Amino acid sequence: MEMLYHSVRDIVSLSEKYQIPMWQVIMKKDMEERQVTKEETFETMHHMYLSMKQADQEYDKDLVSASKLAGGDGGKIHVYNKAGKNLMGDYASLVMEKAIKMGESNACMKRIVAAPTAGSCGVIPAVFLSYQELFDVAEDKMVEALFLCAGIGEVIAENACIAGASGGCQAEIGSASAMAAAGLAYLQGGDNDMIVNAMTLALKNMLGLTCDPVCGLVEVPCIKRNSAGAVNAVASAQLSLAGIKSAIPADEVIDSMRRIGNDMPKCLKETGEGGLAVTQTAQRLRAYQGLADGEKNTTF
Amino acid sequence: MNLYDIIGPVMVGPSSSHTAGAVRIGYISGKLLDEPVKSAKILLYGSFLATGTGHGTRKALVAGLLGMKPDDTRIPDSLSIAKEQGISIIFGEAQMKEAHPNSAELILQGVSGKTLEIVGESLGGSRINIARIDGIATNFSGDYPTLVVHNLDQPGHVTEVTSMLAHKSVNIATMQLYRNSRGGEAVMVLECDQEIPRDSIKWLEHLEGIQKVTYLSLL
Ligand code: SF4
Repeated sequence: MEMLYHSVRDIVSLSEKYQIPMWQVIMKKDMEERQVTKEETFETMHHMYLSMKQADQEYDKDLVSASKLAGGDGGKIHVYNKAGKNLMGDYASLVMEKAIKMGESNACMKRIVAAPTAGSCGVIPAVFLSYQELFDVAEDKMVEALFLCAGIGEVIAENACIAGASGGCQAEIGSASAMAAAGLAYLQGGDNDMIVNAMTLALKNMLGLTCDPVCGLVEVPCIKRNSAGAVNAVASAQLSLAGIKSAIPADEVIDSMRRIGNDMPKCLKETGEGGLAVTQTAQRLRAYQGLADGEKNTTF
Repeated sequence: MNLYDIIGPVMVGPSSSHTAGAVRIGYISGKLLDEPVKSAKILLYGSFLATGTGHGTRKALVAGLLGMKPDDTRIPDSLSIAKEQGISIIFGEAQMKEAHPNSAELILQGVSGKTLEIVGESLGGSRINIARIDGIATNFSGDYPTLVVHNLDQPGHVTEVTSMLAHKSVNIATMQLYRNSRGGEAVMVLECDQEIPRDSIKWLEHLEGIQKVTYLSLL
């Protein structure tokens, strides 16, 4: 295999060696690995992007999750943004809004694209869809950027992890944020260094984030963290495009994430036994989690 | 893991393990039953039981039984769809010892009266493991065409099965053998690279000492 990589450094080297953009290195590896044509994998990735778009459009502000803990916030932030009271610029404001919406759609059993996980499904679409809406970018370019996200995610998954249960939320929202930052830097015309650096800054900012969901559900704090992760991606891309560098290189930050994940106590890795999940409020909420209609248990 | 495990899958939320994985367990179980479900007893264990409502785990398992895949937007309505189709569904708590925290036990009856008991585990990221069939331990993912043969623990059955497969040019990817006691009941699980023809499966069913043949076709 020509396009074999195990680190961010590898992707950059292959890009330099073959004089092709990083997203093409990633696409070619997939073609070799799965024995598919360029058209096939491009279409699959495009399908992922279209599914993100559809999920965004199908947000319903009137839906409430089964636990009743999630729903409606996407509508609120939309109204606030539309009123022109936004503190952040139009782009970052829209990013926030879309991230919340996607997180809520996920909690309400709507169809989403795991990126890299269902819990963090709002970060990348928020950054990407808002960008395309406001800056009028060709669809192909968006798909190229999505390849870039996927490749970065692959490297993180290989060298650290992308599941809250193994590495805490840094592995989910953190990885999503890093992937989105790389994609965004590419969309804004950043070179390889800027792309890698955007990813690095984003991930570094998310190190140590724990996974402590209330009642064990992908709702609190997950939904709002999608907006935090998405806005962090935008900030990191902007810092990087301005020429600001991470003192620690990408692969070392990924290694750190793995180490931090390993050092993190079990109670903060999706077990519901620590952090926000054991607050008084969380325990009160847990007591109210009855069964929904039609789900009655029978004892045998 | 490939690129589309990172960006993807397209799935109905909220959880890849508790929703998408649960749909897969239901789906594979329905396929293994190999006929429409008439009634199902669905018993949840561990985290499936504790957080199943908020994750739509019960709806997901039923959706899978009805043949839906993890991206089917009808998943949230599966319970009413099952009702419309006259399928009886009962939920309960599974009594299992030291099972995987995300486990479900499905006790199924098909329209012809055929029965099947399955324990499925959701391993994370929508990957699953079928851990038990009709009381005997198994271990397969449902990603391959899979043949499950229950037979008496006596010499010759493995050869019968493998020579049939060789004859049909079906390559075996993995093969596992289990038994509950010497000379008692045994199970072999074969994951294959190709689909096994229907009539070969029928042929197996009629061999002496073979008690039950279950086949997971991906078609
Ligand atoms: S808190 Fe845990 S479940 Fe929620 S998004 Fe983060 S990693 Fe996923």
